[in-house]
Amino acid sequence: MAHAETGQLETSTGIDNRKLFMWLFLASECLFFGSLIAAYLLYRGQHDVPCLGGDLSACVFPTDRTINGVEYEGIFDIPFTSVSAFVLLMSSVSMVLALAAIQRGNIRAMRIWLFTTALLGALFVGGQAFEFTEFYREGLDLDTNLFGSTFFVLTGFHGAHVTVGVLVLLSMLVWSGRGKVQQKDSLNIELVGLYWHFVDVVWIVIFTLIYLIQP
Amino acid sequence: MATVAQPAGNPLAQALRDVRQLAEDKYSIWSWIATVDHKRIGVMYGVTAFIFFLLGGAEALLLRLQLSSPNATVLDPDQFNRLFTMHGTTMVFLVVMPLSAAFFNLLVPLMIGARDVAFPRLNSFSFWAFLGAGIFLNASFFIRGNIFNGDLGAPDGGWFGYSPLTSNEFSPGNGIDFWILGLLMLGVASLAGGFNFVVTILNMRAPGMTMLRMPLFVWMTLVTSLLIVFAMPVITVALFELLFDRLYNANFFNTEMGGSPLLWQHMFWLFGHPEVYILILPAMGIVSEILPTFSKKPLFGYPFVVFSGVAIGFMSWGVWVHHMYTTGLGTIATSAFGISTLLIGVPTGVKIFNWLGTMWGGSISLKAPLMFSAGFITMFTIGGLSGILHSMVPSDFQQQDTYFVVAHFHYVLFGGAIFALFAGAYYWFSKFTGKMLHDGLGQLHFWIMFIGFNLTFFPMHMSGLLGMPRRVYTYQEGLGFDIWNLLSTVGGFLIAASMLVFIFNVIYSLRKSEKADRDPWDGRTLEWSLPSPVPHYNFKEIPVVESRDAFWNEKYKEDEAGVVIPVVAGASDDEEEHDGHGIHMPSPSFFPLIAAAGLPVLATGLIYDPALVAVGAATTMIGVFGWAIEPATEGE
Repeated sequence: MAHAETGQLETSTGIDNRKLFMWLFLASECLFFGSLIAAYLLYRGQHDVPCLGGDLSACVFPTDRTINGVEYEGIFDIPFTSVSAFVLLMSSVSMVLALAAIQRGNIRAMRIWLFTTALLGALFVGGQAFEFTEFYREGLDLDTNLFGSTFFVLTGFHGAHVTVGVLVLLSMLVWSGRGKVQQKDSLNIELVGLYWHFVDVVWIVIFTLIYLIQP
Repeated sequence: MATVAQPAGNPLAQALRDVRQLAEDKYSIWSWIATVDHKRIGVMYGVTAFIFFLLGGAEALLLRLQLSSPNATVLDPDQFNRLFTMHGTTMVFLVVMPLSAAFFNLLVPLMIGARDVAFPRLNSFSFWAFLGAGIFLNASFFIRGNIFNGDLGAPDGGWFGYSPLTSNEFSPGNGIDFWILGLLMLGVASLAGGFNFVVTILNMRAPGMTMLRMPLFVWMTLVTSLLIVFAMPVITVALFELLFDRLYNANFFNTEMGGSPLLWQHMFWLFGHPEVYILILPAMGIVSEILPTFSKKPLFGYPFVVFSGVAIGFMSWGVWVHHMYTTGLGTIATSAFGISTLLIGVPTGVKIFNWLGTMWGGSISLKAPLMFSAGFITMFTIGGLSGILHSMVPSDFQQQDTYFVVAHFHYVLFGGAIFALFAGAYYWFSKFTGKMLHDGLGQLHFWIMFIGFNLTFFPMHMSGLLGMPRRVYTYQEGLGFDIWNLLSTVGGFLIAASMLVFIFNVIYSLRKSEKADRDPWDGRTLEWSLPSPVPHYNFKEIPVVESRDAFWNEKYKEDEAGVVIPVVAGASDDEEEHDGHGIHMPSPSFFPLIAAAGLPVLATGLIYDPALVAVGAATTMIGVFGWAIEPATEGE
């Protein structure tokens, strides 16, 4: 049903309508995440502003730093987040394998790889939930300081994107289990893949800019 | 997206089939609610936006009554703030954008020779999301009690929502929350429309309809849709940040915790300036279609007009700081943006000269669409010239926050966009209703609106240069403002009177028995080759396009001496009604409405009750999943 929406068989550019739509959507998403990242970077130098109640000792900082001779321990756990970033990266590999499988017509292999991708994605989201809980326990909340606001909102929106991706992958899995996803429907898997890889790339940018490069 | 063949006995599937059956009857209300036909969606957009236009106009009249004399007490300062906020928000997001969307919907598929847009159900979703958001936004009037006692609950932070005016501290109550969530939902609706029209225009063109053969209106729709695709996410992020500040005490715009109100201004205007062109480019497209028809000449310098439009689209991303000169960004930043603002006047000027060149030496037919288009050119030029004054940094320092600025943007957005949208309404009305609007009444409408408009907004140049500040609910006697304000108020009511003429004209014309010709204006583009009203499948056969002004060149050719002569009749297809049998059209669907209906519920829940969030989210999920499972066309 490649062009069922229109009843026309050929498009003017030769690119399927839905594929063009997905590229436009991702282009728009670039500005969405771009704006969130910009807000984070703009406020990165402002973490020294006293925290809730005007008290510097109530502050939580992303990395170790010394202010007025007092040392504050950073909250980021780089090894842990590196592992979850690696998990998300690997899910892109399994996504590629799922697409290759359906293009070959191997529905069984596709289902295995879709499941793997969803599982890795869920693992990443689980890791993020754990990280958020840890940070919250150590005193970081949305209202604690600018770091809390910008960090939770940026990574939270990214996590929401991964969650949506996992839900779509699971829906595909259910449909394919009922025999509704065949080789001719490979475009559907390709579109899910485009979205999945995009969300993955965004994480690479966030991980590099927010966790790895410190001012 | 796969099709689902439900077993025959499944009661859910049976219920779905029954409800779809209702929508197949083209005279039932359900057929409108479930429609995916771009023409019907266009009509719904137009009617809804016009109702919001009357509402926003009524708000403006209240403001004008308050300002008609010094120290008036029609409104108190709080009511004044809420009404100007709703007036601006309504006119930008609920009037000019959806009116443009109405024309995109009505015209783009017809002009490029397609049977519908690329994603008909997404198109229906756009409309319902827009309608839900519009109602949601206006519902905020009622959240503080009896509005007839003057307890208005609407947002009071201005349409620009500057921080910290929008913080919990300075705007208690939920008005701003409604504003944020309303704009977020409108953003979803606009984005869905933006994606849809870019894909439609790039992918659904009839054979031979190359990019440089597309009508100008289609080009401007493409540029506008791309601006929507890229500008909306920026305001979405800004609104989310503000929402987190207000609902969950985040610190994005909280200066005590180091947050910066300037971040809001940058993000708002980084969206806001492309937005200005989102409002005006469709109007330019409409005028570029009307002038050639009524001058009996092709558009002068077509490629220049196209590329000027594209250049405006690009440059609109580099001028946003001219809204922020007085925030103290420093000489270099303000100078650079001053220069880019002067530069964006160049492609705009190119267009104005091309429109004049189109009319020059033409055989002009002075009908209502042309009157409104000529009104557009003159009023827009005046607004453009005062815009050039604003681009000069020292001059802008004097004009910032005065009525001079109010005069400027009403000349471009009312004198520009609204005049052009009315021109389009008079031009294309018959194509979709089968009845012509009365031209004499149209001219009467034009003159009352033209005089009323200038009487309202020209004096604002004066009061502004005398130093009268915007957004202040009153002024003192003896400052020289009195007469200019009185004139503005009188003009405002004249504009309102002209709307009565228009409404009367629409009702009167629809009740006429006389049917409109398919091509009453001797049109140039493909929609005029179709019967009026256009059948639901648009084209019996997809046309093959051989030139720009495709329909004109079917009707006329040049003889050996270069004189234009009509092609002998018989070339055009017969008038016989075709029942559309055998043409596969997308089926009506209720799922876009269900998906859209969940959004305002979810938004209300965010403000008042988490349980509603779950209900709203579940409704939207049901809509989306039903949409994905349901086959797009019957019988697949």
